[in-house]
Amino acid sequence: MTKQQANWSPYDNNGGTVVAIAGADYCVIASDTRMSTGYSILTRDYSKIIQLADKSVMASSGFQADVRALQKVLEARHLIYQHQHNKQMSCPAMAQLLSNTLYFKRFFPYYAFNVLGGLDSEGKGCVFTYDAVGSYERVGYSSQGSGSTLITPFLDNQLKSPSPLLLPAKDAVTPLSESEAIELVKTCFVSATERDIYTGDKLEIVILNASGIRRDYMELRKD
Amino acid sequence: MNVSDSTPAMNNLMGSEADSQRTLYPYVTGTSVVGIKYKDGILLAADMGGSYGSTLRYKTVERLKSVGKHSIIGASGEISDFQEIMRNLDDLILYDNMWDDGNSFGPKEVHNYLTRMMYNRRNKFNPLWNSLVLGGVKNGQKYLGTVSMIGVHYEDNHVATGFGNHLARPLLRDEWHENLTFEEGVKLLEKCMRVLLYRDRSAVNKLQIAKITEEGVTISQPYALKTFWGFSAFKNPTAGAEGSW
Repeated sequence: MTKQQANWSPYDNNGGTVVAIAGADYCVIASDTRMSTGYSILTRDYSKIIQLADKSVMASSGFQADVRALQKVLEARHLIYQHQHNKQMSCPAMAQLLSNTLYFKRFFPYYAFNVLGGLDSEGKGCVFTYDAVGSYERVGYSSQGSGSTLITPFLDNQLKSPSPLLLPAKDAVTPLSESEAIELVKTCFVSATERDIYTGDKLEIVILNASGIRRDYMELRKD
Repeated sequence: MNVSDSTPAMNNLMGSEADSQRTLYPYVTGTSVVGIKYKDGILLAADMGGSYGSTLRYKTVERLKSVGKHSIIGASGEISDFQEIMRNLDDLILYDNMWDDGNSFGPKEVHNYLTRMMYNRRNKFNPLWNSLVLGGVKNGQKYLGTVSMIGVHYEDNHVATGFGNHLARPLLRDEWHENLTFEEGVKLLEKCMRVLLYRDRSAVNKLQIAKITEEGVTISQPYALKTFWGFSAFKNPTAGAEGSW
């Protein structure tokens, strides 16, 4: 008599795509608002973006329960930081915290694919991109999630990022204006929505700049 | 599936002795729960079936319960785990009442508590095998959310668990709109439940509808839906191939 094995998985992929682009004095973080499981859509209006600090915004796709737990952990840690240091965490500091938090669960990972966007201490746009266990890198732009394979090559072409091997290191932030970057992001999502079944419904764009934070929405195909 | 199965930390959890200490598979299960927001509040519907595998063993299982003054919960999945959840929720509400501070947990708070509870059990590889719907009204704000056994949660204008996601949600996406009247809401839910009755083999024709508004919670008496089976194709099923099964 064979033992009946556990037939449930602690993980699920709730889909979605996230993108972030760093500019000279702004940062654009965007994601779709569709939440799926298998071939079903659970809801068309779920935000994957969260503002962790004044100048740090995180967008995450993957397993929604893990994403939410990760968001709560980072929010709590930021609150403690504020109590202890009497100031907001900088984006690079939050970047390191996110990496450490992910690696902490290296042997039962948060199934979350993150991009962290914001402004660094000089006011320049910064984007950090992560894998599920905390490996991270500062880049000029990034895409994660189900549509990332469709969007990343397009961004590589449009943003012509300099090779990271160059010495002295060339700045990766795009010379594009804020409105041009927003148009680019919209184009990315409209294209990804055409071919990725997990991307669609609505696009949420968060723009961080010296004057503060602002949100923009755009309808996407619902099929 | 799990890389973590082979790590030393996971070994005793995956051994046969430890298996008696955690949920491996469900035994007595309830099927879909469907919920919608309407003009005055929330409506939930669930049938009263408790299946034991393929047997429809229990036919008077109340899968809709009120939680405090402002919320109702509907559960699908393992019934004993739902009873455990109700014990936790009743304790939660009791302690909240004992503060006697004029505050009471609204649906948002209860939903958050449930989400954390389900996620925590999933983290320990010992899940509560349920998909829950949590709806309520507090201070005029309507709330309708759902949590699955691994902690996936969201809120929306209409939600469903299990088969309801496949059969009821499309109907709701087509016909739900803001400011449904109570009669329209019930009619819409009954339409969903009827489709589920025809197409979900674990559905039984005995259901309850729960209503929650600012005034309070009402859970209806059990009743049955009218169904139609008089299709000519059902009348003489072997007419086209006599002698075959």
